[in-house]
Amino acid sequence: MKASEPGQPSRWKPWELALFAALAASWFALPTHALLANEVAILALFALSLDLILGYAGIVSLGHAAFFGAGAYAAALFAKHVMPEPLVGLAVATLVAALLGLLSSALILRGSDLTRLMVTLGVASILYELANRLDHWTGGADGLQGVVMGPLLGIDFDLQGRVAAAYSLCALLLALWLCRRLVHSPFGVSLQAMRDNRLRASAIGLPVNRLLVAVYTLGAALAGMAGALLAQTTGFASLDVLDFHRSADVLLVLVIGGTGYLWGGVVGAIGFKLMQDLLSSWTPQYWTFWIGLFLVVLVLVGRDRLFRPWVWLR
Amino acid sequence: MLTLLFDGIAYGMLLFVLAVGLAVTLGLMNFINLAHGAFAMAGGYITVLLMDRAGVPFLATLPIAFALVAAAGALLERTLYRRMYAKPHLDQVLFSIGLVFMAVAAVDWSIGSQQQIVKLPAFLTGRFEIAEVGIGRYRLFIVAVCALLTVALQLVLSRTRFGSRLRAAVDDPRVASGLGIDVNRVFLVTFAVGSGLAGLGGALGAEVLGLDPTFPLKFMIYFLIVVAVGGTTSITGPLLAALLLGIADVTGKYFVPKLGAFIVYALMIAILLWRPQGLFVRRAGR
Amino acid sequence: MQRRTLALALGAMLCLPALAQEPVKIGLILPMTGPFASTGRQVDAAVKLYLAQHGATVAGRKIEVILKDDAGTADTTRRLAQELVVNDKVTVLAGFGLTPLALATAPIATQSKTPMVVMAAATSSITEASPYIVRSSFTLPQVTLGIAEWASKNNIKKAVTLVSDYGPGIDAERTFKDRFTLNGGTIAGELRVPLRSPDFAPFLQRVRDAQPDALFVFVPSGVGSALMKQFTERGLDKAGIRLIGTGDVTDDDILNGMGDAALGIVTSHHYSAAHKSPANQKFTDAFAKAANGSRPNFMAVGGYDGMRVIVEALKATKGAGGDALLAAMKGQVFESPRGPVLIDAQTRDIVQDVYIRKVEKVNGQLFNVEFDVHKAVKDPGKTR
Repeated sequence: MKASEPGQPSRWKPWELALFAALAASWFALPTHALLANEVAILALFALSLDLILGYAGIVSLGHAAFFGAGAYAAALFAKHVMPEPLVGLAVATLVAALLGLLSSALILRGSDLTRLMVTLGVASILYELANRLDHWTGGADGLQGVVMGPLLGIDFDLQGRVAAAYSLCALLLALWLCRRLVHSPFGVSLQAMRDNRLRASAIGLPVNRLLVAVYTLGAALAGMAGALLAQTTGFASLDVLDFHRSADVLLVLVIGGTGYLWGGVVGAIGFKLMQDLLSSWTPQYWTFWIGLFLVVLVLVGRDRLFRPWVWLR
Repeated sequence: MLTLLFDGIAYGMLLFVLAVGLAVTLGLMNFINLAHGAFAMAGGYITVLLMDRAGVPFLATLPIAFALVAAAGALLERTLYRRMYAKPHLDQVLFSIGLVFMAVAAVDWSIGSQQQIVKLPAFLTGRFEIAEVGIGRYRLFIVAVCALLTVALQLVLSRTRFGSRLRAAVDDPRVASGLGIDVNRVFLVTFAVGSGLAGLGGALGAEVLGLDPTFPLKFMIYFLIVVAVGGTTSITGPLLAALLLGIADVTGKYFVPKLGAFIVYALMIAILLWRPQGLFVRRAGR
Repeated sequence: MQRRTLALALGAMLCLPALAQEPVKIGLILPMTGPFASTGRQVDAAVKLYLAQHGATVAGRKIEVILKDDAGTADTTRRLAQELVVNDKVTVLAGFGLTPLALATAPIATQSKTPMVVMAAATSSITEASPYIVRSSFTLPQVTLGIAEWASKNNIKKAVTLVSDYGPGIDAERTFKDRFTLNGGTIAGELRVPLRSPDFAPFLQRVRDAQPDALFVFVPSGVGSALMKQFTERGLDKAGIRLIGTGDVTDDDILNGMGDAALGIVTSHHYSAAHKSPANQKFTDAFAKAANGSRPNFMAVGGYDGMRVIVEALKATKGAGGDALLAAMKGQVFESPRGPVLIDAQTRDIVQDVYIRKVEKVNGQLFNVEFDVHKAVKDPGKTR
């Protein structure tokens, strides 16, 4: 990914603009699939947050669901006990997740990739057990029920899910825009330098540890935002927002779409969710086989060649 | 109390046999093979099917499970895995997860999703009572088999020519092939043996850990913990890590059942923070 | 004027067949993949069996079951339910393999006024989550009472409870403890096993140390065999500790594979494949024929009876849904393969007979043979 000249925000490429517009237009074009769109937007936001720390800072995490779940529970508890206003709840949940990210960033500073993988996994697992243990607050394995959201800017959440989809899409688009500005700023360039060669980056004077903490916190905040959106649009939070399969799924989605160019999360989320939905209605029992096959073929053939089939003719 | 210790040791040794293949593969080929659990599951199912459908006695199924899974591993290595060595780690992760999904769904479709039950021969059931310490016969059997395997592995590594070739290839593949060592062949044999061991571990563990199509997904985390804590440059590292994990898990759940699950993860994080490269890493090499 | 009304009448008559062709849709959401796939499998097979046996039409319309897999994830269940209600316009939602899945979907049922038939989940509070929920499965407190009573009457003074740490497990633990101590027994320990625990060793060690007369167990189906094996392997039975529990431990699905270690275990549950009745004989025979010789278990009977409730109610309302359908579901009394059952009109929960059974060998296979019964047990776990 080419870095732009510092101080000059990089121009949006045509395909980026097209994708951005397509996302915004999807709400108008697909009213009956609003619920699916909602899920895709939330997953895309979650994957975007992982792309920040994985694709741009090189931190391999198998426990990103910790922040997703923290945001979800924070939003659900806030709506249930303090006030049901969605936007305030979203802000609070994002802050909670960011705080958690800040605290746990101390753990990922040292060690190899495998170490980081296991430490992040450990943190997520501990959080899962904690949520299970504190079932007085979280509802334990049954989940946190009775979360009734207030109207969003005066509009109630409807059964068809259009309000929810609009909410999540706006959050996603906002996050995309923010992240884009971030990665094309000096901060973003330093991140990439650090990702490519940490030793060299620290040798030229970049504050590596501080950069890691900052990007990890930001990634956690966005993941928490995604989790809060899920809790608010579905009206409950259960233990599987912290489950390992969520971390694994988001990693899968991001790698399918490609890391390091910000749109990988979106592409992967759309592709994966659509495929899963289609396959699952076709064969409710064995769809995982076809997804597995797709993954194997994707890697063997190569992502670039799959997305540009005309290359095969060369 | 000692009974508990023994249980922890048995559990740890089982984990070791299951995870050692992963450790060696990771250290040797730098390949994160998340499908390792699928090989273990295959071994378990081979044992169960042979016993149920073909009436093969339990002890005979163990070497068969090893051999069949090793063969499958060799085949997969030659055809699919070999192309993946040069690819970035994330692609490897994706690839192996894809394989796991396929394996899980395939087993589900062909055999069904119920828990499989291993009927042990009579001399392996029950326990000995030796001075207040209860020793389960099957667990004793597991410990014995795993100990033998560990000794055998260590001997192969340190006393045979293949072992020294393997160690050379782990330390530096490029130099090793420059010296005339057929690194590809080393990879193939190591991968096959590692997978075979996983299959054997699955066959042994089906009784203790349970066997159903979601086995790879459930236990992959434990294998990864063993490999991360134990390091990938020796056999004794993962062995000690597995024992530590087994004992900590069992004693933690006994003494503090409320925090049982925390203990393993907290311990792992603590160890990895203290020694990021793993607990028992040889200083040489990279 | 007459011609116009004639034309209108003709037009209306031509439309009628088109209306009559529209099928009645039932949304069936089950965990078909993931750790609880065996539940989904059994329920799905039973639903298909019911329709095959009793015909798939009601009031001239075809019954269409839309099966969706939620993989045991609650927000997926909720989204699928929402899509089924809004896009596919289902008349009834059914299935729900686990408590959080049912609880998450409850608001959808209430908001859209769609009756929801819970065929597998077993926590008491589910029927209280929405006035549109009807249950055809069972509740843990309902089936735990039986074994608690039996224990008190059979020389068991001291017991230890061992349950999986989730909703139904905690329900079972509480009910057993309350009833057992009410009858004068003492609980020497309450152990909760994590749902995903690979090894029971430390917990069973604790049980052994406490030296009770009996160990009461609840674990979800599938895990029971591992527990049983380790129980005998550690010599707990030789130490004089009896193993008792709810029927989930001796799940018909895997009972036969458990071997002789399971003989003699006493459990209480609402369904056994060995239940002697013509309805059950027909059910098990047809199930075995349709599913390669496998046995139906209590999950399957929940699905079978759930379908019965739905289809009979649809017949009564001639295919209409909403409040009328719900009213037609309440108060149904019928003979199920498990025995006589009643859908309570007040609580919308199922009232059924709970049997005390012992594992015995019948014709070379292991079965839960019933030897005592508590008739018409209502769920004691309701808070309101």
